[in-house]
Amino acid sequence: MDKDLVIIGGGPAGLAAAIAAKEAGINDLLILERDNKLGGILNQCIHNGFGLHTFKEELTGPEYAARFEDKALALEIPYKLETMVVDISAKGEDKLVTYMNRAEGLVVIRAKAVILCMGCRERSRGALNIPGYRPAGIYTAGTAQRYVNIEGRMPGKEVVILGSGDIGLIMARRMTFEGAKVKLVAELMPYSGGLKRNIAQCLNDFDIPLLLSHTVVDIKGKERVEAVVIAEVDEHSKPIPGTEQEVKCDTLLLSCGLIPENELSNALGVSINRVTGGPNVNESLETNIKGVFACGNVLHVHDLVDYVSEEATQAGKKAAEYLTGAEREHESENNSGCRSEKNTDNAVSIKATDGVRYIVPSVIRLNHMDDRQIVRFRVGAVYKKVAIQVLAGDKEIMNLKKQALAPGEMEQVILQKSVLSGIDDLKEITIRVKTD
Amino acid sequence: METKEFTCIRCPLGCNVVASLEDGKIISITGNTCPRGAEYVTNELTDPKRIVTTLVKVTGGENPVVSVKTASDIPKGKIFECLDALKSVNLKAPVRIGDVVLKNVCDCGVDIVATSNVR
Repeated sequence: MDKDLVIIGGGPAGLAAAIAAKEAGINDLLILERDNKLGGILNQCIHNGFGLHTFKEELTGPEYAARFEDKALALEIPYKLETMVVDISAKGEDKLVTYMNRAEGLVVIRAKAVILCMGCRERSRGALNIPGYRPAGIYTAGTAQRYVNIEGRMPGKEVVILGSGDIGLIMARRMTFEGAKVKLVAELMPYSGGLKRNIAQCLNDFDIPLLLSHTVVDIKGKERVEAVVIAEVDEHSKPIPGTEQEVKCDTLLLSCGLIPENELSNALGVSINRVTGGPNVNESLETNIKGVFACGNVLHVHDLVDYVSEEATQAGKKAAEYLTGAEREHESENNSGCRSEKNTDNAVSIKATDGVRYIVPSVIRLNHMDDRQIVRFRVGAVYKKVAIQVLAGDKEIMNLKKQALAPGEMEQVILQKSVLSGIDDLKEITIRVKTD
Repeated sequence: METKEFTCIRCPLGCNVVASLEDGKIISITGNTCPRGAEYVTNELTDPKRIVTTLVKVTGGENPVVSVKTASDIPKGKIFECLDALKSVNLKAPVRIGDVVLKNVCDCGVDIVATSNVR
């Protein structure tokens, strides 16, 4: 089978990317989704707070997903459900996408372009190295969310949550609503990893304590969790002896970070950023492999689905430009028999320093850049009353005052092409936290 | 003069909003980026309200539950009463987004509506 564009994943990123590509004139496209419905993780995020940016109204996750799903259906974008992509490889300019499902078995698609929209996974107990037995009752927060919200089953009655990521905070309220007693949320860091509003409306509203600089040092119980031991940690995240306290519970939920799911990208040879765990991309959200784009949580973990949709729309548009541009180049090659001379890309690298942990994208090619380029990043610690400074070479081009910055909240700046192209011999842009 | 701090929950920005009070009366609200922040804090000081999202049982569908929400916010003190009222609701599939699941929950004047489709 041949396709112009294959989109791996039918969650919020995949849907928005497909819609944008279709609207840009790409008709020969296909979404491959492993679950039994489109919409991805939004289907289990039944809380509200989605879509304020995109639709100017406050929707729940399934409602937000349905808006995009309805649009994809109206545009007659083809998709396959319960279909798992097992491999992507490059063959010349083409990409071979191997998928399998019950009806067709193993199938290989030859695609001209691919958009990676596989999302992310939760950090598991195994990755956290918590000692103790392996009793029943330990779940990642997202697994518990699926049990409760989709399958209608309760994982337990007395709950301790380790990690203050947004899913953990949301599940603290959800489990409380379903009649469970949430005893506490323990967070290793001296600050929360979740949004401030979720601490207010999910913990404070129900008097659930948040213990910062605390972790789980032991899990008690052989068949089922009977208790966990919580201890305070020092500035190096090491438990402080003597601070241990045993908390009786039958369930431990883990909300300790999300990891972009890039097994397929790795096998394809996509270069991965060590900080984000997602591909290194340029302004077009294109990876080091030509014609392979990435967006959403597979690229870097987002706080807000609205920004995922925005980013994925950009990826869909750029993939469409690649396809139509590439075709034109191909045609002129066939007609004249010679390759048109390529102009240089004027690549500017985007560097994170002084408190900024990472930046997406990491390269902007000025001649491919749109008039405005959204650049997203996270800081590595909590800051109060500082500025975000953007330097082009050594020249300051932006200075944005910020009341507060935190690792749990993604930041963005918008770079103007008119400003960047006015700077001679621009090679590097730096984004930093200015503390003085 | 007394000051009270709030994290606005009306959008993901989560503004830190400070209300200054004199004899229990609001004399100024600062720190909010938009009018919704002022509205939120005024409500928090007088009559706190929340949107409630939860589940209702469904029979004969692809899933045993369907997600629902209050069509607008209800008094914070009525959250658990609202959840209790929904325990006895049992819907029959199919359910569509926007279907009214329960009218005028707890006499708040607010309906409960479905937020997902169950075939």
